[in-house]
Amino acid sequence: MAISREEVLHVAKLARLALDEDELERLTAELDKILDAVGVVAELDLADVAPTPHPLDLIDVWAEDEPHESLPPEDVFANAPSEEARQFRVPAWEQ
Amino acid sequence: MSWEPVVGLEIHVHLKTKTKMFCRCPVGFGAAPNTQTCPVCLAFPGALPVANRVAVEWTIQLGLALGCEIAEHAVFSRKNYFYYDNPKGYQISQYDLPLCTNGNVLVPGSDGDLEVGIVRAHLEEDAAKTVHVGGRAGRSQGADYSLVDFNRGGTPLVEIVTAPDIHSPDDAKRFLQLLRQAIVELGVSDAEMEKGTLRVDANVSVRPAGSDELRTRTEIKNMNSFNFIARGIEAEVERQIAVWESGGTVEPQTFDFEASSGTLTPRRAKEEADDYRYFPEPDLVPLEPARELVERLRAALPESPVTRIRRIESELDLERATVLVTGGLDALWSETVAAGADDVAAANVITNNLVGAGVDPGEVSPEELAKLVSARKSIPRPAFDEAVAKLGDPDFSADPYLAQEAVSDTAEPEPIVEAILSANADQVDAFRNGKHGLLGFFVGQVMKETQGKANPRIVSELVREKLSG
Amino acid sequence: MGAVVDTLRLTAEEAKALLERGELSGAELREAYFEAIAERDGELHCFLRTVAEPDGEGVPIALKDVISTKGVETTAGSKILAGYVPPFDSTVAARVKAAGLPLLGKTNTDEFAMGSSTENSAWGPSRNPWDPNRVPGGSGGGSSAAVTAGMTPWALGSDTGGSIKQPSALCGNVGLRPTYGTVSRYGVVAFASSLDQVGPVAKTVRDAALLYSIIAGRDPCDSTTVELPEPVRLPEGDSLAGVRVGVPTELNEAEGIEPGVKEAVEQAIALAQGLGAEVGECSLPRAVRYGMPCYYLIAPAEASSNLARYDGVRYGPRVDGSSYQEMVDRTRDEGFGDEPKRRIMLGTYALSAGYYDAFYGQAQKVRTLLIQEHRDAFERFDLLVCPTSPTVAFRIGERAADPLAMYLSDVLTIPSCLAGLPGLSIPCGLSQGLPVGLQLIGPQFGENTLFRVGHALEHAIGFDTVPERWR
Repeated sequence: MAISREEVLHVAKLARLALDEDELERLTAELDKILDAVGVVAELDLADVAPTPHPLDLIDVWAEDEPHESLPPEDVFANAPSEEARQFRVPAWEQ
Repeated sequence: MSWEPVVGLEIHVHLKTKTKMFCRCPVGFGAAPNTQTCPVCLAFPGALPVANRVAVEWTIQLGLALGCEIAEHAVFSRKNYFYYDNPKGYQISQYDLPLCTNGNVLVPGSDGDLEVGIVRAHLEEDAAKTVHVGGRAGRSQGADYSLVDFNRGGTPLVEIVTAPDIHSPDDAKRFLQLLRQAIVELGVSDAEMEKGTLRVDANVSVRPAGSDELRTRTEIKNMNSFNFIARGIEAEVERQIAVWESGGTVEPQTFDFEASSGTLTPRRAKEEADDYRYFPEPDLVPLEPARELVERLRAALPESPVTRIRRIESELDLERATVLVTGGLDALWSETVAAGADDVAAANVITNNLVGAGVDPGEVSPEELAKLVSARKSIPRPAFDEAVAKLGDPDFSADPYLAQEAVSDTAEPEPIVEAILSANADQVDAFRNGKHGLLGFFVGQVMKETQGKANPRIVSELVREKLSG
Repeated sequence: MGAVVDTLRLTAEEAKALLERGELSGAELREAYFEAIAERDGELHCFLRTVAEPDGEGVPIALKDVISTKGVETTAGSKILAGYVPPFDSTVAARVKAAGLPLLGKTNTDEFAMGSSTENSAWGPSRNPWDPNRVPGGSGGGSSAAVTAGMTPWALGSDTGGSIKQPSALCGNVGLRPTYGTVSRYGVVAFASSLDQVGPVAKTVRDAALLYSIIAGRDPCDSTTVELPEPVRLPEGDSLAGVRVGVPTELNEAEGIEPGVKEAVEQAIALAQGLGAEVGECSLPRAVRYGMPCYYLIAPAEASSNLARYDGVRYGPRVDGSSYQEMVDRTRDEGFGDEPKRRIMLGTYALSAGYYDAFYGQAQKVRTLLIQEHRDAFERFDLLVCPTSPTVAFRIGERAADPLAMYLSDVLTIPSCLAGLPGLSIPCGLSQGLPVGLQLIGPQFGENTLFRVGHALEHAIGFDTVPERWR
């Protein structure tokens, strides 16, 4: 088994996905298969190889510290599911 | 059994750049909510970060001021977690390849210097601001709901992590005072705890004095002044000692320090430790600060607070030197001494009287201050205080106040005042019956008798005193 | 005014000429495409929405629905963005607008560009114009099918592991995946940041080159973009004298390549030789065996992080909850389809404590090897060729139940994507009556070479992009 049901549950929690029982079962089987397939990368001995986070060799890209125009309020909240007093309203964090 | 506190600090410094770290929204306090936001800091689909060059440069400067090595290759990383103040679902920070590492800050001490290692200083973005509605004192516990303002989200922050080299609450305070002064003098931050531009969390453990073991540590948050930090550390040290001495074990925990009661409130333990799944930020490219840039910034560093404390220490004492330097007052002090004032006296006047009167040291003429310092024992106290309070005024001159040096003693004019009053009994009666304008007459008579040498204010007080009897 | 517009055959270049000569007005041209959409989109379902009165008098265009368009709904093929109207234009949409190209509408896509068939779209699949019972490819099946079906002269798609190239192969048109960094990703709904690139879909190589020249170039809003080292050259001429064409064994002999596909590609390579190209064999030893596993670690890892912003707080439909956590969990569970969930889970796992080194970390090292392999091959060759897709268009539903089988559709496009290299797919023949795509892989910034070779081959092959059933 490349991945167990408990691990799948743990990962779902990290990813904030509320999986139901069916999904959990199906995903565990699918992920197991996929991880087996992608796990072949472990075959290669790459101890002396540096990772490549970027296919381009760019460094030092930045912008000057000059302000741009911010979004007007209509645009900020046009798609907001819940707004109050010009702020985004969310349910409280469960302690 | 005696115990030694082992403290490391995590400091967040809010850089006072004009714009945010990864977008060009303005940074500033007091704006209406969500008016300094854009697709990037609101994390709209497809938005991408672009690094603020000035923030990078200031971080390098700050690192240099802390004695750090500046990385030849630094990388931004994503720190992944869900929270409503973190709109992307990850914070762009630095993880395994930060900009600055391996520095140290020397904290001069009367019984030996403390060297505090700086493990790293890295650059990241701040979270948004949340207001909790319906909860206890605006806290998230028990709140009905929360409101999020993204104005602050994305502000550049430098996170400084010290080694656990601090061994007393007082040392923590002194270290922070020095650190803060260094930061302010660089001009990269206002570093004010009350305004949240400087935030400090403490990692605390204890160990038997003399050993070098590292026991379990706890974290204390929510301390918003240097005094509270010292008290918070002290409270936690006491608590931990009690646990160990009673045969228990200290558990890893996070506490909030409640300033009003001086108590530590534990935060509810999370079910699982956060797994931030750090990986290099693919939307940004690595930083490779040119060595010429680093050397140029190093050369432009102002003289460090510690260097100045050391220099002044030899003329004064460590305590006065520290107070002067960490208060940003030593430049004025040096100039005032150079203008002829006594060094200890100048230090006292500056740190007590000047600061107490709320005068801006930057507005003070050292020459005029030197005159006042030299005359402080010979001019009347009220005159001195008034002069000090006005030192910040444009074109202030100490001379009028020095003229009052002539007779400042009440002993000398007192017999003369009595004589004048006895010789002018009618005017005394008239004064007592309401003709208060006669005060000037009496004072004038005394001044005539003393050929103008008496201190008119002292005379006036004496006259009033005697006539009110 | 009023030339008859045969949108099935009209190229963008021809349309441009008609407009410039005044033989057609911008409005008439747009009208012709809206008519084609009315006629054929009911069957093919390429468009998620059309724009009633688009601005611009130039050659109309369609954009894949992962590309933000200000004021026009952009869903990335997902319910979690249903109703989301961006308050800003992506850079590519802005550049297209600045060039005067009117936006016809947004095209269908696999959800968050994750897929190889457009069956993962929350709004239902698109269909292949050659055979509506078959997939148009993915994730950009909507854009590709729309071009072939004459519903738009050209379109923009996005390619992460082959999402432009593979649909072009399956629909029988031209698709370019540009060199990573030459086209801005700002405003493009992110799937995998180190792999995503926007590119043109068109009927001819010259059209693709023209559209590429409009969108390419450094964008200050995207830190991972660069200026093109040389300007785009519209290709001309038929000679391939002096061009060294490499044929990587592994990409041409991979398991799963259909005989009909192999044959069509071999014929195209022979044609290239006939035009003067020097053809030789080369090897990309790890590309096939490790390319797909590497991709299916890196892409989901980046995606798991990129998709964390879909939490119901600032946009998109929210599913309520008694707490923030519950609200987010439910919003994401209901809003995301199966494939994004799968990839989010896979990616989160690959990055998680204890697994990072073996999975994500290792994959980034494999990437280094693949970059090096390609670089070595380009010492001896100007471009590499192989099939774009191992198979012709498969039936709708055929692979939907088997994620791994679906992933294998990309086995030939993935390696050069990981290396950040450009790839052009041109139709090179038919197999079982369905289009076969030839993939031309270039070195970094080698687009002009790809255009030159693609154009010459295109002429020599003479593929008719109009599906047989409509001739």
